[in-house]
Amino acid sequence: MTTLPDTSKPGQKKLGLVIDLDTCVGCQACAVACKEWNTQGYSAPLIDDDPYGAEPMGPWLNRVHTYEAGEGAEAQTVHFPRSCLHCEEPACVTVCPTGASYKRAEDGIVLVNPDTCIGCKLCSWACPYGAREYDHNDGVMKKCTLCIDRIYNENLEPEDRMPACVRACPTGARHFGDLGDDTSDISKLVKERGGYDLLPEMNYKPVNKYLPPRPRRDRATADTQPDALQSMTTISGNGTLADRFFRWADEKLSD
Amino acid sequence: MHPAYSVILFTTASGAGYGLLALIGLAGAAHGAASSQAFAVTCLVTSLSLISIGLLSSTFHLGHPERAWRAFSQWRSSWLSREGVAAVATFVPALLFAYAWTFSGLAIALFGILSAVMCAVTVYCTGMIYASLPTIRQWCHPLVVPVYLAFSLATGALLLLAIAQVFGRDQTVQVVFAAGGLTTALALKLAYWKSIDGAKRTHTIENDTGLGFIGAVLQLESPHTSQNYLMKEMGYRVGRKHAAKLRRMVVLSLGGSLIFCLLTLTLPPALATAAAILAVIWAAIGAVTERWLFFAEAEHVVNLFYGRPAA
Repeated sequence: MTTLPDTSKPGQKKLGLVIDLDTCVGCQACAVACKEWNTQGYSAPLIDDDPYGAEPMGPWLNRVHTYEAGEGAEAQTVHFPRSCLHCEEPACVTVCPTGASYKRAEDGIVLVNPDTCIGCKLCSWACPYGAREYDHNDGVMKKCTLCIDRIYNENLEPEDRMPACVRACPTGARHFGDLGDDTSDISKLVKERGGYDLLPEMNYKPVNKYLPPRPRRDRATADTQPDALQSMTTISGNGTLADRFFRWADEKLSD
Repeated sequence: MHPAYSVILFTTASGAGYGLLALIGLAGAAHGAASSQAFAVTCLVTSLSLISIGLLSSTFHLGHPERAWRAFSQWRSSWLSREGVAAVATFVPALLFAYAWTFSGLAIALFGILSAVMCAVTVYCTGMIYASLPTIRQWCHPLVVPVYLAFSLATGALLLLAIAQVFGRDQTVQVVFAAGGLTTALALKLAYWKSIDGAKRTHTIENDTGLGFIGAVLQLESPHTSQNYLMKEMGYRVGRKHAAKLRRMVVLSLGGSLIFCLLTLTLPPALATAAAILAVIWAAIGAVTERWLFFAEAEHVVNLFYGRPAA
């Protein structure tokens, strides 16, 4: 059903992820864990065409970008995982002509039914975050399932009943929980760190939040170096012939 | 956006079919039964074939065409579903009109007008599929639906003129509709291009990643070393010079079509028929090029995550 469930009731469960852009180191473990977990389970397998060849092709449900923000000494490298934000009012659900794309009322997870999807790709046009990719082998659209086959799975140990990406993250940059519950740890984290929505102006009301990178603590000292290193970075003009030659060469090569 | 040839064929062919069907529906409502059965059958077969070919070709770009019947179920929320429902629903008054108009049956006017209305509704739904997407600035635009309707009317009217010329049933009013349709389509398209070229690019990589508070943002590393579905489907970008050339071609094609269309008023019958057919061909070239550009010039906001600075 592609009409949206009524999620306006207070205390409505809104499961989602919180991604910490400050602690993510871009190791891609979450992306790999997701791809691997989804070789079985819901909406699997994710095709991996020509994996060692010239043009590997296949859907990944989580992709990690790397950006440089700021310029010069102010620049920061920010690693940016991107996956479905399980929005409250996702257009990807309403545009679906078959009802394959749907949002669960009980926990807000947005899913694609691989048995009824016709692969028209309209949902991927509607999603601003690129959360949905077409699997050319199965002919259906695939997206982050919030590991619905893990979070309620009693065959797994309790500590593993969370999305594969959250479990795999080595730096604790990914968090999972109920963002509809103000008292949950994840909601407190969002409040504390000023977690933000991506593209709020689209009015899709994303549930996943991104925690902004903290300000650089070394900004004040960026232009200076410890004394011990100072002598190493300048080649003195006086000195041996070799020293003076290398200084000249250094200047020439620096033009 | 990667221009999908099946969708281009679908929207232009079925658009022309709907335009022609709407006009013969109105003609039937105005003049009663068709004066020549051969003429009526040719018009009906042409319009219904174009519509059917268009609809069938649109299912070819699906991953699971055998499940396409499910696409009729979500008309409450989806414009694509509504288009499917409207397209099939149009066949009901259309076939009833076809019989009544060809064989002097009952209620020609009722079925004719209903057909015309349903044709407009279907083309409207097609345009709304694109116009309802906030993710693509060039599509989420008030002129998109009017352009779809105008091209449908113009190409349909030219087909009617050509068929009428062949059967010696040509009338000035047909030229008026064709010329009017072409002029409207051209004017709306030019206004649309002016608007999208001048519009402010509200999306920047800084805004969309939320990292603008640090400073200017650029992508250092793509998430993958080769292309993925998103880059292939949404990343397609047509060069400005190339787009400019194709836009000129649209203008020249539609303009040429208009000239040939008007010439049918002054030329002797055999040459007028040739002119009418040439008008159809030129308009078809213009319509297909316009539709290709509509896809190729579309910029999806996901490109910003992949490093495009603004959209």
